[in-house]
Amino acid sequence: MRWDWVPDYAAALAHGLFITLLVLVVSVFLGFALAVMLALAQVRGGMISSFISKCFCNYIRGTPLLMQLYLLYYGVGSLFPLIPGVREHLQWLVRLDAIYYVLMAFTLSFAGYEGEIMRGAFLAVPRGELEAGEAIGMSGWQILRRIWLPSALYKVLPTLAGEVIGQLKSTPLAFTVPVMDLMGAAHKVMQDKYLIYEPLLLVACIYLVLTWAITSGFSLIERQIPSRRSV
Amino acid sequence: MIAAALPITTLLSFGDSGYGDELAWAALRTIEISVFGYGFGIALGLGGALGKIAGPLWLKRVLGIYTTLFRALPELILIMLLYYAGTDGLNRLLSGVGLGPFQLNGLIASIFVLAIVQGAYATEVLRAAISAVPIGQLEAASAMGMSAALRFRRITVPAMLPLALPGLANLWLNITKDSALVSIVGYTELALATQQAAGVSKQYFVIYLVAQGIYLSISLTSVWLFGRLEKNLRRGQSLARAAA
Repeated sequence: MRWDWVPDYAAALAHGLFITLLVLVVSVFLGFALAVMLALAQVRGGMISSFISKCFCNYIRGTPLLMQLYLLYYGVGSLFPLIPGVREHLQWLVRLDAIYYVLMAFTLSFAGYEGEIMRGAFLAVPRGELEAGEAIGMSGWQILRRIWLPSALYKVLPTLAGEVIGQLKSTPLAFTVPVMDLMGAAHKVMQDKYLIYEPLLLVACIYLVLTWAITSGFSLIERQIPSRRSV
Repeated sequence: MIAAALPITTLLSFGDSGYGDELAWAALRTIEISVFGYGFGIALGLGGALGKIAGPLWLKRVLGIYTTLFRALPELILIMLLYYAGTDGLNRLLSGVGLGPFQLNGLIASIFVLAIVQGAYATEVLRAAISAVPIGQLEAASAMGMSAALRFRRITVPAMLPLALPGLANLWLNITKDSALVSIVGYTELALATQQAAGVSKQYFVIYLVAQGIYLSISLTSVWLFGRLEKNLRRGQSLARAAA
């Protein structure tokens, strides 16, 4: 085992960690907002919006994230220059950095998985609570914001921790479309120094710490929620 | 630099000008590594579950570390570590007994890697299902004079299978998707074949879309099959929904 490369690559690894966390945080927050919309489309939407939302969730959950990422980065990315005018006037779109495709793919993926969970959570909120809101004259938006969404959120919180950890575990895929995340930095070490195990083991340890941090963070949040529990 | 666009029918045709046959073979390879990885993974999981329930303390500890660690780490990192460590270890073993270095078959390496990752998840699914079998049923079997092996085969397995099936179905869907990750260590299954076909033909969008369609049809068919299987395994059980 050789570890003498660590000081030289400490900055690259730290920056990689920052990118990994950025991808995680952005995709979880944006993905969750999208998931709420996808779930509402299925629970309350018309036939068409509910069908589209269902198809989207099935597509996301039925195909590998790696392929979704490739479709966006290579596939959709290769279509932009074909659109008339984009080449001349929207150069930034053609040269869009890989990180944006990664953020997009990871956000959509999280939304697809979480949308299905939120759908169940919305349906699990007792009808009486919503009717009570209506009875005191709340608008549909108020009911959603004050009753339906918080109530559904409490229900998904335990599963949400697992979903966020799952999302964290997908983040190393970002290095496959050249993005210098934690895994990308480790991969650079592997190539520069002809090492295999040391960089991978180091990254594995960092991921373990991150998983532990997310688990403890969520259990802290869960303890804040006022509820009567049998266990 | 846009290559002359081939019509989709040519692009996906079988034979030299199209990539239909390449993608179809690669899809079969994806199914192959998934099926074998899943089979060995479940066998490993069954062993692990029994070890966790009835094994000696040291085995329980080892299995606890295995399932915790392997379920907490990203699949990609595990697959890379296991792939290199597996091929390396085998080579050292072989040169130790006097055989020269040896290029491990990508198929076997991929199955090995997927099975070990899958085994950690399967251990937990099966452990939970086996623990959920009512103790009274096992005691009744013992009272009838069944041996431990017979009791396991006749009582435990049929009683725990319906409980384990949803979890096992999820694991199958996961392994078909995780199998795309072995493309990163260089085994030509559907994901890598897609990358190659897209790179050569320059028809990135169409090729990736088609590959996704193949993955999706594998998933949807599996969901349907597992639904039928569950119905079959649950025959004779009264359902809460039917009673209401």
